[in-house]
Amino acid sequence: MTIRELVKEMDLQVFSGENGLDREIEGGYVSDLLSDVMGFSQEGEVWVTLQTHKNIMAVASLKDLAAIVLVKGLKPDEDAMEVSNEEGLPILGTDKSCFEFTGKFWSLIN
Amino acid sequence: MELVYKVEGGDFNKAGHASSQIKRVLKQLGVPPDVIKRVVVALYEAEVNIVAHAWRGVITAGVNESGIRVVLDDEGPGIPNIAQAMEKGYSTASAEVRDMGFGAGMGLPNIRANVDEFNITSEVNKGTVLDFFIKF
Repeated sequence: MTIRELVKEMDLQVFSGENGLDREIEGGYVSDLLSDVMGFSQEGEVWVTLQTHKNIMAVASLKDLAAIVLVKGLKPDEDAMEVSNEEGLPILGTDKSCFEFTGKFWSLIN
Repeated sequence: MELVYKVEGGDFNKAGHASSQIKRVLKQLGVPPDVIKRVVVALYEAEVNIVAHAWRGVITAGVNESGIRVVLDDEGPGIPNIAQAMEKGYSTASAEVRDMGFGAGMGLPNIRANVDEFNITSEVNKGTVLDFFIKF
């Protein structure tokens, strides 16, 4: 499944990084601890978090993640969106809780 | 080849910049992706450690055909008890830094898990030198 398909299926908001919507999804990772994501996420995963600052982009880009999903209606910082656009690594948003989003996302890709 | 980057303590806006530049160079050199992945984890954690804990530091990455050696030399408060700092979950990061999702006490263990050689020395109120090597 691509990020574009995920956006459609789960009615996600695309904040930035639209040129990366055709990235392929290899899985998902859920964490708000940056070192946890740094150490244990895998390339091509969608990262679900409530962190909204620019450093999430550094982590996502260094780990070659497919996209970031912000939960509970949170919005990314302006400078995070700038990096997301430059790198073509989308930041998406949902109004759902982390639990609800992740449950539906899991069943979509498994 | 030698790459040198300056890192400012407290400047989270630029955290990861050196790691990203070095990753790019390793890709251009055709270093295997699995090796790059390990370098990136160790390097980013070490770079963030300077930003989160030190006043300033210099990252020097030396690349040759056998591997990459990275030395992170900072001026800062130092680490009084290195064994304790190496424990998973131990951190002295500020509340502000923790709110950003850093300071979980996973940095140094993450670094050690991804490198082939690891050495850390520190002097209180002077600084810390972290040195690691990853084989290609």
